[in-house]
Amino acid sequence: MLSLTLKEVSQAFREGRISPTELCKKCLNRIQRTQHLNAFITVTQELSLKQAQQSEIRLSQGVPKGPLDGIPFAVKDNFCTENVKTTCASRMLKDYTPPYNATVVQKLLDQGAVLMGKTNMDEFAMGAGSVDGTFGPVRNPWSYAAPYRAQTGASSDSDWVVSGGSSGGSAVAVASLTSYLALGSDTGGSTRNPGALCGVVALKPSYGLLSRHGLIPLVNSMDVPGIITRSVSDGATVLGVLQGLDIRDSTTVPAPSSLTDLPEDFDIRNICVGIPKEYHAPGLSEETVVQWSRVADLFERAGARVEQVSLPHTQYSIVCYHVLCNTEVASNMARFDGLEYGHRSTMDSSTEVMYASTRHEGFNDVVRSRILSGNYFLLKQNYDNYFVKAQKVRRLITDDFRRVFTSGVDVLLTPTTLTDAARYLDFTQEDNRTRSAQEDVFTQPANMAGLPAVSLPVALSRRGLPIGLQLIGPALEDKKLLCVAQWVEQRVAFPSISDCGDIQESRKDTGMTEREQTSAV
Amino acid sequence: GSIFIPILSCKGAGNGRCGTIDPAAVPADLVDKLERLALVDFRTKQGLACLEKAVRFAGQLHAVDTSGVEPMDSVLEDRALHLRGDAVTEGDCAEELLGLAERTVEEYFVAPPGMAEAAFMSSHQLPENHREE
Repeated sequence: MLSLTLKEVSQAFREGRISPTELCKKCLNRIQRTQHLNAFITVTQELSLKQAQQSEIRLSQGVPKGPLDGIPFAVKDNFCTENVKTTCASRMLKDYTPPYNATVVQKLLDQGAVLMGKTNMDEFAMGAGSVDGTFGPVRNPWSYAAPYRAQTGASSDSDWVVSGGSSGGSAVAVASLTSYLALGSDTGGSTRNPGALCGVVALKPSYGLLSRHGLIPLVNSMDVPGIITRSVSDGATVLGVLQGLDIRDSTTVPAPSSLTDLPEDFDIRNICVGIPKEYHAPGLSEETVVQWSRVADLFERAGARVEQVSLPHTQYSIVCYHVLCNTEVASNMARFDGLEYGHRSTMDSSTEVMYASTRHEGFNDVVRSRILSGNYFLLKQNYDNYFVKAQKVRRLITDDFRRVFTSGVDVLLTPTTLTDAARYLDFTQEDNRTRSAQEDVFTQPANMAGLPAVSLPVALSRRGLPIGLQLIGPALEDKKLLCVAQWVEQRVAFPSISDCGDIQESRKDTGMTEREQTSAV
Repeated sequence: GSIFIPILSCKGAGNGRCGTIDPAAVPADLVDKLERLALVDFRTKQGLACLEKAVRFAGQLHAVDTSGVEPMDSVLEDRALHLRGDAVTEGDCAEELLGLAERTVEEYFVAPPGMAEAAFMSSHQLPENHREE
């Protein structure tokens, strides 16, 4: 039951094969049993059960609110949730309880979906491994599945692999079968990266299609709420619910069409698939190249046109992002001063001392170093040289995409990440900036240009870990993008984790931090 | 046929201040200024090394010819964005918001004295035994 897609569960509800309360209890129980993955910062058990009961009443009266009524979902801990702690995995907001819901959260609740909890991440979404949050690293559930254990002979507990990030907890919640859908956020690849490493479908919609109201900002001009599901069609259902103009976010745009179900038999022969040659990057694993070619061949054999294209400025995307992200971070993080909400230092000899010590105590080194360099790029003498320069490069990157899409290409096919998931011990050998630069290299350009992009799992690697590929489409062509993604999904036959030997259950020897996770029913 | 730029590793790129003049080297007075702007208490050796690496990494942008290119700050630049009516639609939640702060007095947030004021107060403080009188 837990490994079903959203549509199948909805069907099971209607046929009375399971009730929302039963399902909610199953998911809570599973959260309990997979605690060692550290996917959740807060589990909203009481609230979940209450919502599930309300949903049950609606279903029994034959008046469900829609396809998501009674469906368990998880939310990354940088979306505000009314009366539920929202920490951004930072000491700064460790005890912050927002008085309102983010628009995307509210929309899911309005549909009767059942909130299971808030998921773990890199502090303030700055990272690509979900290893840099104050609540400890997130573990990839495939670390404990049979293929990885068998292929690598991994036995000791230290062999576990990272979930990717920064929305690692959300990807793990969906991959480890504790939620049917999860919200992530995606500024440089933070939804697609963990999606690829955890073997789930991860959609970054077009910029402006989903409201950012209540999403604690990282880079305002690139942040997009991301959707993580087990199937492309589930992703389309959720996108249909979440998309559209929001009066509380002036950067939202009207949805181009109401998203109806994706066609089961999409005609791929009219599609032109572009393969950007610059994505043959150093460090790209041979296995990923093999999968990339395999799917390109699938397209070609089915009659689609497959063309090599060039995006000459894409190579500068990561450096450009480094400057734009740090400058916006410098400005966005100014709100955390200890006065109105969040952590406040007891050092109070002056306002400035209190500010500085609050921020020293509240932020980790990654956040503080980004604030510092962001301020450097914004200095009067550096402003044109770095900040404005990066904005100009951003236009060149965006224009590359525009040129390719107006030349007749419908979607671009690329890898999502360079390799499958790294072992935690290996991943943490490099610092956060270096890792972010490596990990976001294929995903970041789509954020620069505001384009929709989706990562979907296509195969298991020799190590028994998921490999994902990415499809990128023109702005606001999210539906067509998902049609193509579903076509691929139907042909690659990626295995469900539940068919790969179940996840090893919570063990005493993992050394994970104790969290306020009350026991499940 | 890859044209990807090499990603600089943070390792071994640390000491940029010895030897020849490094454009990424950040002079001490500038670090103080930055610290006053950023207020993150990161004036440590490690903080400085990180900053210099960040600056050096960003320097790769200068390889791109951007002459005649307009800066871009939003992908929605060509669209008319929706503005709501200029009217108050929600509010009256002062108590709720004040409740989020660590320290309040009546309906005010409480801040310690400003830098100048703190300095003034400490230089004009009366001897301890006169205080209570």
